[in-house]
Amino acid sequence: MTQAPAGVSGGRATGRVSAAFAQAAEQQRAALVGYLPVGFPSVEGAIEAATAMAKSGADIIEIGLPYSDPLIDGPVIQEAVHRALEGGVHVTDVLRTVEAVAAGGVPVLVMTYWNPIERYGVAAFARDLAEAGGCGLITPDLPPEEAGAWLEAAAEYDLDRVFLVAPSSSDERIKLITAACGGFVYAASVMGITGARAAVGDAAAGLVERVRKHTKLPVAVGLGVSTGAQAAEVAQYADGVIVGSAFVQRLLDAADAAAGRAAVADLAAELAEGVRVRR
Amino acid sequence: MSALEELTAAYEEARTEPAFTADLDALLRDYAGRPTLLTEVPRFAAEAGGCRVFLKREDLTHTGSHKINNVLGQALLTRRMGKTRIIAETGAGQHGVATATAAALLGLECVVYMGEEDTRRQALNVARMQMLGAEVVPVTIGSKTLKDAINETFRDWVSSVQTTHYCIGSVMGPHPFPAMVRDFQRVIGVEAREQIQAKAGRLPDAVVACVGGGSNAMGAFHAFIGDPGVRLIGCEAGGDGISTGRHAATISGGSAGVIHGMRTYLLQDGDGQTLPTHSISAGLDYPGVGPEHAWLHQIGRAEYRPISDTAAMEAFSLLCRTEGIIPAIESAHALSGAVAVGRELGPGAVLLVNLSGRGDKDVDIAAHWFGHLSAAGEQ
Repeated sequence: MTQAPAGVSGGRATGRVSAAFAQAAEQQRAALVGYLPVGFPSVEGAIEAATAMAKSGADIIEIGLPYSDPLIDGPVIQEAVHRALEGGVHVTDVLRTVEAVAAGGVPVLVMTYWNPIERYGVAAFARDLAEAGGCGLITPDLPPEEAGAWLEAAAEYDLDRVFLVAPSSSDERIKLITAACGGFVYAASVMGITGARAAVGDAAAGLVERVRKHTKLPVAVGLGVSTGAQAAEVAQYADGVIVGSAFVQRLLDAADAAAGRAAVADLAAELAEGVRVRR
Repeated sequence: MSALEELTAAYEEARTEPAFTADLDALLRDYAGRPTLLTEVPRFAAEAGGCRVFLKREDLTHTGSHKINNVLGQALLTRRMGKTRIIAETGAGQHGVATATAAALLGLECVVYMGEEDTRRQALNVARMQMLGAEVVPVTIGSKTLKDAINETFRDWVSSVQTTHYCIGSVMGPHPFPAMVRDFQRVIGVEAREQIQAKAGRLPDAVVACVGGGSNAMGAFHAFIGDPGVRLIGCEAGGDGISTGRHAATISGGSAGVIHGMRTYLLQDGDGQTLPTHSISAGLDYPGVGPEHAWLHQIGRAEYRPISDTAAMEAFSLLCRTEGIIPAIESAHALSGAVAVGRELGPGAVLLVNLSGRGDKDVDIAAHWFGHLSAAGEQ
């Protein structure tokens, strides 16, 4: 098992992502984290939609790096990512998108499967991400045991490292994962793939509680949240609410880029209201 | 990760338990038809430099390929873990058929994911799985072939892991799958090592097998890894040729990366996106390869060669006409490799070739290739 390099440990409270969570906590609400993949409906269209999302109340933006084999994504994100790749999106477009969205002042993280980063070069990607104004990576298919190079690069470029915990994670694994995390901990609400669900799993609250025993980092819940009411429900116990597929669905349903952008903004506003429902 | 930890623990416990191994041995013997024969093929060998060629006859197992060895092991493990549902990916349909078979035998619910493209190419195997009581789900996303079927099976598994076991069909995926599947396929080489010593009076100069994910090859190679005089030769799907980019020869034409939970060689572009693959053999049409093969390649213990579609089909025809055995097109890649190696080594050499499957499933494709079916006869 790879040990985290010296000086890298969970609980670091600096950085723009942590600041966004701290600000939400001060306002006695949860933070809203919104996801969109790069390049859908186009690179510019995604930048504009993500920017609109931030203006309408998303506290943190999660930018998805389109990958040919998105193992934990449901049909909605698969479809958007597939179309983005068909449209010829490259990793360089990801950095361009991060730069453009971060320029609006919102903290931006990249959510990515591991192989594209490995191919780009872990240290090189960390350097270029930092230069583009990105805050860090969310890595759903990278276990901390295999993350030595990334943890080192993250430390060097002061980037956040977000790993995922799931309801099936043992306390031992939660301890290991949270120790490697920076920025926040991503708690998957259910055992499953991304996509809107009628109800957010009962397991989420329990999972958040278990995670808190091991870390002082904020804990954000993702998978299945698509409405303001669900956001309000999750905001009762989590520090952040992560919404992805519901935003992407808005873009898929829209007649054109402008309509997509408006629909994304509407949903962001609804969710932002949800995370502000008094605890 | 917790599902993998659970599986690792269950497998580690089962593999050393006499009752589990006895159950598996009994199924392999009385149901699958093991040990399989070792057949010397002199008329074929005459075309291979006049050496001696022995075929390990995995084509004679129940369901017609080596896949059954692994599936019986994993199905028993599924029952042992108290799970009632088994899911699998399939390309050509051989692993899907084997899984559906084992599920029927042990009373497990079975769902098989198959790329929509493959369900069309292998409609007969879809019907076969359905007859055995399995549900076949066509996968319509991405390239609509094996890799996308694997993605979809993983997606099912993360949502259903409490009741469900993912029965991976090759020596691939995250730990413990590559090691576990190898252990279940190891029987091929263990039997063959004894058989060839009895028949040829010595160990072979080379063991030759086709490599897609690489399970039949790992099974054939493993018992010989400690024999330095035995060359291990893996034959990859060279498709139209490595230089054309239309192939599935992962080690010959790929680079290191991460796919489906393993670090190995894969076919990828400059951005780390998985590339489309091509092979006349659906069973070899996969952009990754089992990590143990990547390791054997790296340490120089095994060698990997691309075999083009054309070369494979020549060897397919040769075995049919000289020995009256119709091989799977996958296995024909190994036969082609054997012809080349036999000619390199010359008379006096002894080759062991793993005939991983029979060609019944490929009759349609082969008939078109050789022009036995007129265009008018096509649907």
